[in-house]
Amino acid sequence: MPNNIIEVNGLRKAYKKLEVLKGVDFSVERGEIFALLGSNGAGKTTTIKILSTLLSPDQGVATISGHDVTKQPQQVRAAISLTGQFAAVDEILTGRENLVMIAKLRHLKSPRQIADDLLVRFGLTEAADRRVATYSGGMRRRLDIAMSLIGKPQVIFLDEPTTGLDPEARLEVWKEVKQLSANGVTVFLTTQQLQEAEQLADRIAILHEGRIIAQGTLAELKQLFPPAKKEYVEKQPTLEEIFLAIIGKKEAC
Amino acid sequence: MEATRNYFFSDVGVMLGRSMRHIFRSMDTIITVTLTPIAMMLLFVYVFGGALGAGTGNYVNYMMPGIWLMAIASGIAYTSYRLFVDVRGGVFERFHSMPISGSAALWGHVFTSLVSNAISLLVIILVALLMGFRSSAGMLNWLAVAGILALFTLSLTWVAVIAGLKAQSVDGAGAFAYPLIFLPFISSAFVPTDSMPAAVRVFAENQPVTAIVDTIRALLSEQPVGSDIWIALAWCLGILVVAYFFAMRAYRRRAA
Ligand SMILES: Nc1ncnc2c1ncn2[C@@H]1O[C@H](COP(=O)(O)OP(=O)(O)O)[C@@H](O)[C@H]1O
Ligand SMILES: [Mg+2]
Repeated sequence: MPNNIIEVNGLRKAYKKLEVLKGVDFSVERGEIFALLGSNGAGKTTTIKILSTLLSPDQGVATISGHDVTKQPQQVRAAISLTGQFAAVDEILTGRENLVMIAKLRHLKSPRQIADDLLVRFGLTEAADRRVATYSGGMRRRLDIAMSLIGKPQVIFLDEPTTGLDPEARLEVWKEVKQLSANGVTVFLTTQQLQEAEQLADRIAILHEGRIIAQGTLAELKQLFPPAKKEYVEKQPTLEEIFLAIIGKKEAC
Repeated sequence: MEATRNYFFSDVGVMLGRSMRHIFRSMDTIITVTLTPIAMMLLFVYVFGGALGAGTGNYVNYMMPGIWLMAIASGIAYTSYRLFVDVRGGVFERFHSMPISGSAALWGHVFTSLVSNAISLLVIILVALLMGFRSSAGMLNWLAVAGILALFTLSLTWVAVIAGLKAQSVDGAGAFAYPLIFLPFISSAFVPTDSMPAAVRVFAENQPVTAIVDTIRALLSEQPVGSDIWIALAWCLGILVVAYFFAMRAYRRRAA
């Protein structure tokens, strides 16, 4: 299906004896915001590392834009950008230098211009010539995401982009993610927060104990939830309740 | 694959530019690397010099090669350190998820090591000149000296790469260099080996530092280098090949 930019089938990965992914399947449509939801240690980072060619799976196939992540890593790398769980910015360089460096490594024509534009867009112009070591967590995250936009990748991976940010900085990141998607970029993000997935994602996949236990739009996931009991006030189930219900069902059998 | 190969040198250039900025912004690395050898020179020349230098002529000249090797051994500890920080800090993950040529990030650190050690050596030579270091050697001999020092730096740099990739802590990343820094003491670097007890002497005469020191000393004083130069080159190349092999293996495992 050409409409799916990411296809993942039967992905397995173990670290020594610890089986982290036990057959993961999902697909991501071009241009959507896709959230991989899971608690700490569920294997979200492992999944992202496999998709961004940093780690080979033990079994299974993953393709991005039709390119196999293990067999055609360079084509995959040309199509993606990774913003890891911990900001991968160079502390000793300035914000501007970080951006210029990435633009040069992507072999683009006018690195300085690209850096200037991104500094404006991410509100970092004033801090542009300060070392990143002096930046706040939110500024660092913004720079990190800005670096990922260089070279206009088709897919952007954001591994827990708002973890550790204060509420204000989190809203800024959310705004930026929505903006990316509005520009046609596919966003694959991971989160531990149900609320974040609810807020941002077009579609959600829940990773639990090595498998995707549910995936779909928020509306579809809500249908998995047993119909609300007749109460005086009809209440929409939150994603949290759906999550707990699904996990509860799995663990009961 | 072709396209990325064509960009190898430009990618390495960007990486080199990056880590050179690191060095110039924390000059303490150059200072730390040069300070100990310079202090050692001052101590040996002005404090122990009278006793040690008996019969060796100009003692600054005599100890110069050993001081250089010491500086290089402590300089490469910073290569491990910088590499360790990149691997742990996620910067390498970003590079590896980009379509840049395979080991460009690693070669960037290797070239940085060569450049920063060259800077340290120049600083040390300037101080040594003030202390009376002189050499009548011509251009060709100096080139040979530079070549041997570069080769020595390169081979130890690849050892440093292994440490930087495999270390479990920041301290571990630099610790491997300590024995290397002290190797010159059990060599012909500061005192002639025939003054040493038999067992120590066997070690001293057969370890790489002695061959390298003797070669450089001969080149600087325009004496014949004899077979020392071949032994020195063999050591450097041997260490280089073995270290490169293990470093690349460790790198692929990390990057896999
Ligand atoms: N390199 C590794 N070696 C061994 N175990 C690992 C490694 N990386 C992750 N793990 C383990 O695998 C599990 C999943 O980790 P991860 O993918 O980082 O989860 P998440 O990102 O969802 O928090 C955790 O139990 C973690 O401790
Ligand atoms: Mg994680």
